[in-house]
Amino acid sequence: MAGALARVIRGTKTNLGIVGPLANINNVPVRFQQTQAPPTKSKYGPLADQDRIFTNLYGRHDWRLKGAMARGDWYLTKEILLKGTDWIVNEMKTSGLRGRGGAGFPTGMKWSFMNKPSDGRPKYLVVNADEGEPGTCKDREIMRHDPHKLVEGCLIAGKAMGAQAAYIYIRGEFYNEASNLQVAIAEAYQAGLIGKNACGSGYDFDVFVHRGAGAYICGEETALIESIEGKQGKPRLKPPFPADVGLFGCPTTVNNVETIAVAPTICRRGGKWFASFGRARNSGTKLFNISGHVNTPCTVEEEMSIPLKELIERHAGGVCGGWDNLLAIIPGGSSTPLIPKDVCSTVLMDFDGLVAAQTSLGTAAIIVMDKSTDIVKAIARLIMFYKHESCGQCTPCREGVSWMNKIMYRFVEGNASPKEIDMLWEISKQIEGHTICALGDGAAWPVQGLIRHFRPELERRMQVWACTHGPSMAEKLY
Amino acid sequence: MLRQPLSRALALSSPARVAPLAARRYADAVPAQPEKVEVFIDDQPVHVLPGTTVLQAAAQVGVEIPRFCYHERLAVAGNCRMCLVEVEKSPKPVAACAMPVMKGMRVKTNSDLTRKAREGVMEFLLVNHPLDCPICDQGGECDLQDQSMAFGSDRSRFTDIHFSGKRAVEDKDVGPLIKTIMTRCIHCTRCIRFASEVAGVDDFGTTGRGTEMQVGTYVEKMFLSELSGNIIDLCPVGALTSKPYSFAARPWETRRIDSVDVLDPLGSNIVVATRTNEVLRILPRTNEEINEEWLSDKSRFACDGLKRQRLVTPMLKDSRGNLAPVEWEDAVVAAARALRDCPPDKLLAVAGGLADAEALVALKDLLNRLGSEHVCTEHYFPTQGAGTDLRSSYLLNTKIANVEDADFVLLIGTNTRFEAPLLNARIRKAFIHKETDVALVGPKVDLTYEYTHVGDSASIVKDFASGTSSHEVMKRLQQAKRPVVILGADQLKSEEGPALLAYTQELAHKLQENLQDKEWKVLNVLQRTASQVAALDIGYQPGVGQALAAGPKVVYLLGADSGVVTRESLPEDVTIIYQGHHGDVGASIADIVLPGAAYTEKRATYVNAEGRAQQTLVAVSPPGKAREDWKIIRALSEVLGAGLPYDTLDEVRDRLSQVSPALVAYGDVQPNNYFAQARALAQSLQKPVSGKLDVQLKQLEDFFMTDAISRASPTMAKCVQAVLKQKNSPY
Repeated sequence: MAGALARVIRGTKTNLGIVGPLANINNVPVRFQQTQAPPTKSKYGPLADQDRIFTNLYGRHDWRLKGAMARGDWYLTKEILLKGTDWIVNEMKTSGLRGRGGAGFPTGMKWSFMNKPSDGRPKYLVVNADEGEPGTCKDREIMRHDPHKLVEGCLIAGKAMGAQAAYIYIRGEFYNEASNLQVAIAEAYQAGLIGKNACGSGYDFDVFVHRGAGAYICGEETALIESIEGKQGKPRLKPPFPADVGLFGCPTTVNNVETIAVAPTICRRGGKWFASFGRARNSGTKLFNISGHVNTPCTVEEEMSIPLKELIERHAGGVCGGWDNLLAIIPGGSSTPLIPKDVCSTVLMDFDGLVAAQTSLGTAAIIVMDKSTDIVKAIARLIMFYKHESCGQCTPCREGVSWMNKIMYRFVEGNASPKEIDMLWEISKQIEGHTICALGDGAAWPVQGLIRHFRPELERRMQVWACTHGPSMAEKLY
Repeated sequence: MLRQPLSRALALSSPARVAPLAARRYADAVPAQPEKVEVFIDDQPVHVLPGTTVLQAAAQVGVEIPRFCYHERLAVAGNCRMCLVEVEKSPKPVAACAMPVMKGMRVKTNSDLTRKAREGVMEFLLVNHPLDCPICDQGGECDLQDQSMAFGSDRSRFTDIHFSGKRAVEDKDVGPLIKTIMTRCIHCTRCIRFASEVAGVDDFGTTGRGTEMQVGTYVEKMFLSELSGNIIDLCPVGALTSKPYSFAARPWETRRIDSVDVLDPLGSNIVVATRTNEVLRILPRTNEEINEEWLSDKSRFACDGLKRQRLVTPMLKDSRGNLAPVEWEDAVVAAARALRDCPPDKLLAVAGGLADAEALVALKDLLNRLGSEHVCTEHYFPTQGAGTDLRSSYLLNTKIANVEDADFVLLIGTNTRFEAPLLNARIRKAFIHKETDVALVGPKVDLTYEYTHVGDSASIVKDFASGTSSHEVMKRLQQAKRPVVILGADQLKSEEGPALLAYTQELAHKLQENLQDKEWKVLNVLQRTASQVAALDIGYQPGVGQALAAGPKVVYLLGADSGVVTRESLPEDVTIIYQGHHGDVGASIADIVLPGAAYTEKRATYVNAEGRAQQTLVAVSPPGKAREDWKIIRALSEVLGAGLPYDTLDEVRDRLSQVSPALVAYGDVQPNNYFAQARALAQSLQKPVSGKLDVQLKQLEDFFMTDAISRASPTMAKCVQAVLKQKNSPY
C-alpha cells in the first residue's frame, strides 16, 4: 500500500504539469501519426503516473472542488463544451473508449445515437452508479474520492448528447459516496459549473442524484430507468432501446460511472492519447479491482491489455502463497466465468483477450482464489446471490436460477449424480440468452466456467459422497 | 397527456391491434398507409405494416406461436419467454410477442433453436408448477397443459423436487368470485395488466423478487371491480378460477350454447355452459362490436340466480289470499276470465326489463285485440316532441365499438361503469390508448378514469345546448372531431326529463352539424334494461305513470319486477296477472302467476341499447311447468277467443319483422338519422331546468343486484356483502 501511496503522490505532482492549457496536450508524446499505421505495441503496462486519470483514487487528497481543480478537473471545461457535440463525440470515438460497465459497447457510438433529429422530447443522461456486482468496487472510489470527475463528465457527456439533465442512480448502500457526490454537485452548482449556463458556455444542465434501495437488478440499464421512474426495478423489453424510449419516455443514454468520469480527461488530453494505451479495440486505461487471495487487495488504474499475472504481482502483491498456489481467477466480476491458473498465466486483461479465454472483462473486478478455496462452494454462493437478486419477471431467470442454486448446493456436498453435471450445463444454456436482461446470462456463466474447468472436481466430490453415504438419491431419480 | 408508459403505448398502437375496427373510415382520418415490409415466416413471405410484431406477422400466415403472457388486448409484457423464435442473423432467440418486424427478417418458428428454447422455457415453467391437474378446475382448458403437450419435453428431470420440493405460495382472498391457488401461478401478469389497463383498478401487482415473487393485491383486499371475472378467463393456468363454479364440472362434460346476456342493456355475447339441464357457468363470447371478449361480473356470475326463486308452476290466489299452485288450465282460464271481464280501457300491460321481443309483440297484439292500447314499459321515456317515434332518440347511436374512436365523451346523468360496464371499458380504453377526454354532468362517481366533473345540475346541459356555457368542456366539445354525448335514460323519468332530452338533442345536433365526418353520430341515450329498446320499437308506451293513474282493473305484468307497479298505486279491486320467471316483486303482488322462461331457456330476440337485434338460444329447458313466454300469451289468446295469428316462432318473427325489420336483423344495427327532425320537434320543450341529476348505481355494491335474476343470486348477494365488508377494511 505504501508503494501505491508513493506512486500516487508522485503521480499527482507530475500531473500538475499536464494541468496546463489544452495546447499542452502536445507534451504527451504522440506515439503515432494518423497517416501512419500505428506501431504494434507488444508490452502493455505498467501505466506511467503522468498517464493516470484518477489521481485521487485512494483519497489521499482533497476530494472537494478546490482539490479537484488543483488536480486539473474543471480545467477548460467551457472550451470543451464550446467545441460542440460533434467534436466531443469524435474525440470519444477516436479514443476507442468502450463502456466500463461490463458490456464494453463503444461509448462514442453510443453517444452518437442520441444526436438524431429531435422530436421535441427532452433527452437525458443517466449514470449508472449502482455498482453491485460482487468483486467490483471501482465506481465507489471515483464517487467518494474524485466526485468532480464524474460531475464534469456528466456535463461533457450531456453536452455531447444534447441532454437536459443527468440522473446519477447511486446504489443505496453507498451512503458516504452519495453524500460526497451530492456535496460535489452542490459545489459545482455554486461555482456555476453546472446548472444554468454551465461553465459560462450558455448550456443549461442539471445533475440529480437518485439513491437506489439495494437491488442488484437496478444496475441493469432499463431496470435502473424504471427505478428512477419510481417503479419496481424490472428490466424493460428491448427494443425500444433507451436511446429511443428511455427515462420518462424520452431518449436516454445510460453510462457507467467510470465511462463518464474518464470523458473530461479524454477531451482534455485527446482521444489519441487515450487510444495509445492497450491493444487495438481495447484501448485506454482502466480501473482494476483485485480482491480475494492476494497479499495486497487494491483498486488500481492500469493500462488495458496488461497481462493478468503482471497486474496481480505488481499491484496486489501476488497471490497468497505464490503464483503456484493459484487455483482460479474470476477476471471481471462475479458474472464472468472463472479461468484456471494455466489460462491466468498468459491472458491479457482486455475485452478481446478474455473473450478468447471464454470469459469476459466485465467490470475488471478480479477475484483471485488460491488452492484453499472450495471452488464449488464459491460458485454456489455466487449463484445464490443471483437467485436472490433475480427480479422474477421472466421465466428462465426466475425458475432456472433457483433451480441451478439447488443443484449447485447439492454439488457442494456431492449429493448428486455425475449425469446432473451435463443437466446443469444444459439448464445454464437454457437460461443464457433467453431472458429479458443479462442477469440470466450473468448467472449462467459462472456455472459454465465451473463445469468447463472443474468437472473432475465435481465428479470427485460425488464419488466421495457415494463412498460414505452410498449412491445419491439423484442417481436413482435421473 | 400520456396515460401510460410510452413503451406500452407504442406497443399497443401497432396496426394489427386496431385491425378489427379498421374497417371504419373517417373523412378526417385517413392517414397515409406506411409501406408494408416483407418478412419471411418459415420461408413464407408475408407483407405487414411496420410496427407489427413477429407474433402477429406469423398469425397472418397461420403460424401460431405459443405464448402465455401475451394477450392481444393487453400491453405486451414479454416475460413468459414462451414465444421465443429464431430470427436469422440474430445470435439469440427473440421474443416474438414484443419484437417488431424488420424488413427482410427471416423468422424460423420450427427450427431446432426455437424448439429447444420453447422446451427449455416450458421446463422452467413446470419446475414449480404443482402436478395437481386432477383437482384443478382449469383442467381441460389449461394453456399450460395444452402447450406442455405440444411443446414440452417428453420426460422429466426434476430431481430436485425430491430433495427440496416445489415452491408453495399462500392463496389470496380476492373476494367471492375469484378463487386463487397461487402455487399454480406462472407469473404471466395478465391479471395484473387487465386490472390496471382494462378494469382500471390498480390493486394487483407483484411483490418480492426471483422465485419469491408473488402475484397478489399487496395487502389482503377484495378485487373491487365490476369486470373482475375476466381475469379468470385470462389466467392461462388454474391460479385464478371461478369460485362459484369450483369443482362443478369439466369443460368436456358441458354443453356450450351461444347466447346473449340480458342483465345489462348492451347485450354482451355469452356462452352458456350447461350440464344435466342446469346452467353451470356463463362465459363471454367474442364480439368485437359489443363486448370484445370481456363480460361484466353480473352477467357472468348471476347465473346461479336462474336456479333460485323460480316460478315453476302456475299459481292462483286462494281464498286466504295465498298463491297456491294450480294447473296451467286453471291459471289460463282464470287469467282469460279476468281479461275478458275487464273493460278495454281499464286493461293495462306492463313489460319488465327482461322481456323478450317475441313476448312483447304477442302481449301487445293480444291487448290490441282486446281493444286496449295500454301497453307500457316500466322505464319512462319522454313522449312529447318526437317521443319514441324516431328510433334515433332512444338509441346508443354512436355504437359501442365506435366510442373507442371518440375524442371527447360527455356523460350526462349516467354512471356507465355500473349501468353498462363494457361501454365504460370502451371509454376507458379510448381514454388510455388515445387522447380521448371525458366529462361528466351528474353526481361525482368513480368511472375508473379521470374525467372533468362539470357539476350535477341539469342547467349545465341547457347552457351547453345554448352555447352560453363558458366551461372549458364546452370548448372541448366544440373543437372535438368525434364527440360523443351519452345521456342516461334514468334522467328522463323526472318532470324535467323532456327538457333535458331536448337540450341534449339540441347540443348533439349542434355538434354534429359542425363535424367534417358526416357519418359520425353524436347523440346517445343509454337505456337501463335489455328489453326497453325492443319494447319501444314495438310500440310500447314508455312509463306507467299515466296508465296507473287511470285506475286499471286488470294489470298484466310481463316480468315487471322493478317495483314501479305496486298494490298501493292500484285500485283495491284490481286483478294482477304476473307472467315471468322469478318470484320477485311482481309475483308477490300478483293474483295469477304464469311461469315463464328465463333468457337461457328460450330462443328469443333482444335488442340492445345500440338497436342491435340478437337472439338467445335454448340452453336448458324451463323448470317445472314454466313455458316460453310468447307461447303462454298465445295460449291465453286462444282461450280468450282472440287467437293470435302465429303458432310457431318463425311466425312470431314474421310478425316482428312487420312491426320493424330491425327487430329481426340479427347482429345488425341500422344506421339512424332524423336527429334534426327529433330536435326540431323537441325544440318547444326546451324549458328552464333547475333540478339536479342523480344516478341510481353509484357504488360497486349497488351494481350487483339490479333485476329479478341477480336479486335471486346467492353469489351476487355475497358480492354485495364482500364489497361492504371491504369498505370497512382499512385498505
